[in-house]
Amino acid sequence: MSSTVATPAAEPRTNYLNVDYGWKSWVFSTDHKRIAVMYLITIAFMILVGGSFAILVRLELATPAGDMLQSETYNKIFTMHGVVMVFFFLIPGVPAVLGNFLVPIMIGAKDLAFPKVNLLSYYIFLVGILLTLLAAAMGGIDTGWTFYTPYSSTYSNGQVALAAVAVFITGFSSILTGLNFVVTIHKMRAPGMTWFRLPLFIWAHYATSLIILLSTPVVAITIVLVALERLFHVGVFDPTYGGDPVLFQHMFWFYSHPAVYIMILPAMGVISELISAFSKKRVFGYPVVAFSSLAIAVIGFFVWGHHMFVTGQSTYAGVVFSVITMLVAVPSAIKVFNWVSTMYKGDIWMTTPMCFAIAFIGLFTVGGLTGIFLGTMGLDIHMHDTYFVVAHFHYVMVGGMVTAFWGGLHFWWPKMFGRMYPENMGRVSAAIIFIGFNMTFFPQFILGYMGMPRRYHFYPEEWQVLNVLSTAGATLLGLGYLLPMVYLPWSLKFGKVAGKNPWAAKGLEWETDSPPTTFNFDKVPVVTEEAYAYPEGARHQPEAKVV
Amino acid sequence: MSSTHPHITPLKVYFLVFATLIAGTWLTYFVAYKDFGWLNTPVAMAIAIVKAGVVVLYFMHVKWQSRLTMMFAAGGFIWLFTLFAFTLQDYFTRSWMPLYQ
Amino acid sequence: MSSVDATGLAHHFEDLEQQREAATLGMWAFLVTEIMFFGGLFGAYVVYRTMYPQAWDNASNQLDVLLGAVNTTVLIVSSLTMALAVRCAAKGNNRQVAGFTFLTLLLGFVFLGVKVIEYKHKWDHHLMPGPNFQLDGVVGGHEQIFFALYFAMTGMHAFHMIIGAGLMLWVILKALRNDYTPQNHTHVEMIGLYWHFVDIVWIFLFPLLYLLGKHGHAIGAVVTGGH
Ligand code: HEM
Ligand SMILES: [Cu+2]
Repeated sequence: MSSTVATPAAEPRTNYLNVDYGWKSWVFSTDHKRIAVMYLITIAFMILVGGSFAILVRLELATPAGDMLQSETYNKIFTMHGVVMVFFFLIPGVPAVLGNFLVPIMIGAKDLAFPKVNLLSYYIFLVGILLTLLAAAMGGIDTGWTFYTPYSSTYSNGQVALAAVAVFITGFSSILTGLNFVVTIHKMRAPGMTWFRLPLFIWAHYATSLIILLSTPVVAITIVLVALERLFHVGVFDPTYGGDPVLFQHMFWFYSHPAVYIMILPAMGVISELISAFSKKRVFGYPVVAFSSLAIAVIGFFVWGHHMFVTGQSTYAGVVFSVITMLVAVPSAIKVFNWVSTMYKGDIWMTTPMCFAIAFIGLFTVGGLTGIFLGTMGLDIHMHDTYFVVAHFHYVMVGGMVTAFWGGLHFWWPKMFGRMYPENMGRVSAAIIFIGFNMTFFPQFILGYMGMPRRYHFYPEEWQVLNVLSTAGATLLGLGYLLPMVYLPWSLKFGKVAGKNPWAAKGLEWETDSPPTTFNFDKVPVVTEEAYAYPEGARHQPEAKVV
Repeated sequence: MSSTHPHITPLKVYFLVFATLIAGTWLTYFVAYKDFGWLNTPVAMAIAIVKAGVVVLYFMHVKWQSRLTMMFAAGGFIWLFTLFAFTLQDYFTRSWMPLYQ
Repeated sequence: MSSVDATGLAHHFEDLEQQREAATLGMWAFLVTEIMFFGGLFGAYVVYRTMYPQAWDNASNQLDVLLGAVNTTVLIVSSLTMALAVRCAAKGNNRQVAGFTFLTLLLGFVFLGVKVIEYKHKWDHHLMPGPNFQLDGVVGGHEQIFFALYFAMTGMHAFHMIIGAGLMLWVILKALRNDYTPQNHTHVEMIGLYWHFVDIVWIFLFPLLYLLGKHGHAIGAVVTGGH
């Protein structure tokens, strides 16, 4: 790997976007950057779909009576919201868009190890989407995104089998992406790019990919069993034949708890990059942060039973899962401490991405800490299946992953498309999102603690004030999300030209053109320093800060 | 391991492995008709693990692969074991609490 | 765009060695996912066998051990021929690659044929799980779960063999075009790995499905801790 094959110097203005035109050059492209862009567009569409379902849910909950939607319709709406958001945005969001674009560039490779597999994974993803939307159009599903048996396998009237096939297929898209990352990170690093010189974004993606490889197949086969049960009544999960529905939950959560780390780990990787770049400091305790990703990946596999405290799971098993749940919070906390320590005495530049990063730290901390409440077995008996849980996971997933996604997208937007967006608009939308988010979900902690169950569309009158507050917050939040969806595309044409490194940040991706050429670098880069090698006491250029 | 000098396993090794596999198969078959009490399944599984082991090491060339490949090969099986262990800890202990009886 | 040069080196790799290592690691990573995929079924198997050891033995006795053993043998021979095909590829002997792969393919079909006979037998004897399931005149016994898993496991296995058969055809095609060289035969090597993996799954399925109730009295084993 040591030879530096010199590709002839590219035309200065040729990049991956303008090298080729016409739809064919996109839909058959195996360039990881073009595939990332296709994912970005697809996922943006899915956010709008999932978001519309969320709007319906919040509108219905604005009043105590179930007046807007039938109960059954309501069940279908929140199910579609969950399925679309979890499988088509939260899980693929950061890895398939930012990861696809950046993993090869950050390690100095020309592409992922298996470019055709990468394209295949995109099309599998697309098929999964189409089948899900088909299931929705053909009557929908009302099981919740968790597909619990025996309701899903025996009693539900919805399109469970079709939705199961859709989720099954989508799983393979995620497996192929994970596989590609693992091999790429092991085998395609540029000369000098040792493991401890890798950006933390790469470590996070590596850990995520391992989780994907080890957990996704299990949910795939579980879904096959549910479909079999539903189509042929074979008895695997049906208590009338001696089947155990709780076994479904074991197998489901063996995937789905690690899946929450599939959502958050890449997001954490993004945050490490942002905090370092805008504090102009090396990430505090780099090796610890790197290993905490792996620790989360490993320990995260042994806590799934905390979703099952109130099922027939044995109390002994509950205690074991509860104790390990306390452990898994440790590496997450380590990351938070280290980000804050990185900022300490750094030269903090409050750009849009940095605003999102700081919002992430606060929101994720609230989400993680309330996870500890829920992981305490005794407390969870009270809070299970209430809005407290809903608030918890929205703090980690929306406050965490989605905020990081926006932060990362704004940070690398100039790299991906070569243009700057209006910085003030960015800050405004970050502020709106932060306020709207807390207004939406903080009241839900209180509601849940008072006992409001999740997944019902009517509730006692005395809870209306908090619910209206939440619906109002959601409106604000939606506005905050729409803003970037307007000014980012706008910037493609009207934004200021960005240049190689608008943030004066460290990292291989900032050493190549914006947008990069098809093979990313004119010649294979040789890495001679660690990641984030900012000199001691580095400051941002004063003129840069006034954007 | 270099691709320019591919590893060529001696034919003898392949036939030895093959013989082991066939012998193992018929051994499991005959052993199944003997009663070892609670050891029945452990014996059958031990034979199966040996068989799978030689396939992985020789037919699948893991014996001559890098440490990394070995780790991946082993990792899959280890992880599977954790799935079993943590699921079964529930099923084996359900009767421990009077509540569940 | 992912162009390949005359030696079979894709543009984004530095050399054949790197390309081969990447493919090997990728294949093993894929096999890890396969292990977990079948592993879910094995997990369900262990749980229900723990719960219903007696029914498990009963149900297992309905399977034809001889056919199972013959099929195991067939699969092992096919693993050998596959290994030999890869060995020939490493020596650049494409004609022999085609020959051994053809043998492997043939044995794969023999296996699937026997499987069809077995399935047909289950169908005729009302052993297909579902509303019509019946064993010794009893409807809806726990044996049904055994058969649900039996069909899921052997069905998934057979499905993998069918995909394998498709891959064999691909190898034969490439061998007939003299594509394999001592420097670059990663393609057939990877397909070989897949085929051996499918063999390994069967190595576990055979004793776990066919040989449970054979030792006279019906006691499951480790998993029940002995009753
Ligand atoms: C800091 C560590 C965390 C702990 C200790 C924790 C703990 C828990 C517990 C105990 C529950 C079950 C509550 C119940 O159903 O009664 C839960 C639910 C949930 N958590 Fe977390 N969590 C953590 C982090 C996360 C993260 C990072 C995410 C996602 C990015 C997440 C997503 C979820 C989701 C989606 C659910 C609800 C699943 C459902 O029932 O629909 N959690 N969490
Ligand atoms: Cu969890």
